[in-house]
Amino acid sequence: MTTLADKPDTAEDSSFTGISAPAVKKRPGALAETGSPLLRPPAAAHLSDEQVAELGRELDAIKDDILAKRGSDDAAYIRRMIKIQRGLEISGRAALLVSKNKAAWAAGTTLLSLAKILENMELGHNILHGQWDWMRDPDIHSTTWEWDFVTPARSWQHTHNDLHHRWTNVVGKDNDIGYNLLRMDPQQEWKPFNFGNPLYNALLAPVFEWGIAVYDLELVDYREGRKSKEALVKDLKALGRKALKQFTKDYAATPAVAMLTGSGKQALYGTLTANAVRNVWAHAVIFCGHFPDGTDTFTEEMVDGETRGDWYVRQMIGSANISGSKFMHLMTGNLSHQIEHHLFPDLPSNRYAEVAPKVQDICRRYGLPYTTGPLLKQVGSTWGKIFKLALPPKKA
Amino acid sequence: MIRLRKLARAASLLTTPLAPEDILSLFNPVFSARQLRGVVTRVVPETADSATIFFRPGRGWQAHRAGQWARIGVELNGVRHWRSYSLSAPAGEDPAITVTDMGAVSGTLVRTTKPGDVLFLAPPQGDFILPEHPRPLLMLTAGSGITPVMSMIRTLVPHRPDADVVLIHTARTPADAIFREELAELADQFPNFKVTHWFSGERGRLDFGDTAELDLLCPDWRDRAAYACGPAGFLDDAEALWEAQAAADMTGTAVERTVPAATLTIERFSTSLAGGEGHDGGLVTFEASDREVDADGDTPLLDVGEDAGVLMPSGCRMGICHSCLIPLRAGQVRDLRTGEVHGEPGQLIQTCVSAAAGPVNLDL
Repeated sequence: MTTLADKPDTAEDSSFTGISAPAVKKRPGALAETGSPLLRPPAAAHLSDEQVAELGRELDAIKDDILAKRGSDDAAYIRRMIKIQRGLEISGRAALLVSKNKAAWAAGTTLLSLAKILENMELGHNILHGQWDWMRDPDIHSTTWEWDFVTPARSWQHTHNDLHHRWTNVVGKDNDIGYNLLRMDPQQEWKPFNFGNPLYNALLAPVFEWGIAVYDLELVDYREGRKSKEALVKDLKALGRKALKQFTKDYAATPAVAMLTGSGKQALYGTLTANAVRNVWAHAVIFCGHFPDGTDTFTEEMVDGETRGDWYVRQMIGSANISGSKFMHLMTGNLSHQIEHHLFPDLPSNRYAEVAPKVQDICRRYGLPYTTGPLLKQVGSTWGKIFKLALPPKKA
Repeated sequence: MIRLRKLARAASLLTTPLAPEDILSLFNPVFSARQLRGVVTRVVPETADSATIFFRPGRGWQAHRAGQWARIGVELNGVRHWRSYSLSAPAGEDPAITVTDMGAVSGTLVRTTKPGDVLFLAPPQGDFILPEHPRPLLMLTAGSGITPVMSMIRTLVPHRPDADVVLIHTARTPADAIFREELAELADQFPNFKVTHWFSGERGRLDFGDTAELDLLCPDWRDRAAYACGPAGFLDDAEALWEAQAAADMTGTAVERTVPAATLTIERFSTSLAGGEGHDGGLVTFEASDREVDADGDTPLLDVGEDAGVLMPSGCRMGICHSCLIPLRAGQVRDLRTGEVHGEPGQLIQTCVSAAAGPVNLDL
């Protein structure tokens, strides 16, 4: 959706890309054909324009290779995931209906937690990226999908797909750096409010879906006049409707049916727990995407004049993977392949694992960092940064 | 039914954001009112390259009238493709399509469909249907053009003693003639139905240049309501012949008529889309906004629309976020990233990285 928030962006774009572009009208958002950004990020400063262009061609070839192979096996994969997810969802909820029995409560809560995680990560996030649009199935499509998460899919698509993926880790442009709540980068000015960094993050984790919902309202843009009141009211109404449905399902309808077996209270605890488990998990995985040590942030100078190759470089050195088992990759919705996801956000998620070694090899050959590590290490590293940046920068 | 709907609404409180039918479709694939589906029940080979596919449609299908067609969605290598096929089953019976292998989609249907497969459907439509009042009929068909007419014949001939139907069907060889045995049996059994097969491999094309051959095959053709279905050339010739006859009637050279002037109803298969090739661009029509713009082959449709004042959805403008999708009505687009030209009606187009490749109609 075009909202007011887009307008200043594009206007600004064309004015600064206009410096290098001659009289020819350049479309906003388009990458430069040749050349380099005003400043190449330090981790890539050793690369020449020609090397970056070659790197871009290599990554394009990787993408083309997958596009040529993409077909019925991939379609079968996502349909199988949808079936598994729905199976988990109904069996989990069914078990909660008799959750006065402790084993049923444990089973129901576990199954529902898994269902919600799978729904948000491997299904919702990826389908809403348009990874499965090529199938032309209106039921598995970025324009029709709605997810089991309080923020309405369309709002999230705007802040996530349009803004975060386009401006990945550019301080001042990508608000995903700290979500307007946390200080996640030394370039962000320190204020006494930031002393609470670890506390805010700990409080955010179990209610992460609400954090995202509020973030998607773009209140900062509204305050600073980049988002109209009408647009905000519209978004608020959409959020209200969605939240009411989500609340009714988990905290009214499910416990109400469970009351028939005297399990109402237990069922409510079950759905609350499942939502909290999903929130804590999603929060952990998502924070591992761009915040662990080794990931870089960028200034606006570094994106001004960016070519396709430079854009790829920024995605790779601004993202971090999580290593682990196949099951772990699935539960992260393949966001454990964050680097590959940021390079090719609309390739089907089941293909990232196959792409990863090739991307890693490119990073090695071009002398670029490829940040990865086990989940606990990456989570620890993220928390380390949150604690460190709670404190004011040391005076030089 | 009302109670069922209330029940569904109550159940949706528990399934949101999904609908109860999404859960039920785990158990029965045709249980979706949002996406009409049918389960294939039987596949009968007709000729070497054609087959009849019977299917049991789900909720939302409506019974077809003889001569109508339906859009059928098939998945090829994971991608949904839609094509229109005439229904060959008689009205009042379970629907069936008879498909001749003429391309990737029809080929897949003919060669690989098996009972239990799921087809995507759109309800039957079309006004190539039998007249409301009984009239003597002449059916002219060529090749797979027999399919809608077969439905008419099966509906009419066995059930209406007052029917009077002549069928002239042309096919290349006897082996290519779909339904040949069944038609011969019907003609044996019902004296009010006559069938002539014209094999162009032996006798050359049926000549509509003048009335001579038609006079020979069906002397009273002028007194019959005619239906024609087949390839474009066949239909154009038939149309020309009937028009010439109508003109002759007007000038009074024909004998005095005892019945209303002969009418010809035709059914054309697949009107080809006006998709252009090359980097030339074309006329872009924003249908709902009622705007037309000449676009070159290098400008993204998003920019074309915005420059024309159309309220275009937009996002990243670099082909990654899929915020700018608009359904294509007709024509083809060029992916500015790869140069690939693609497009089928109904396909969602990323306007920020697609340019017109010939005339393009967008549903916006």
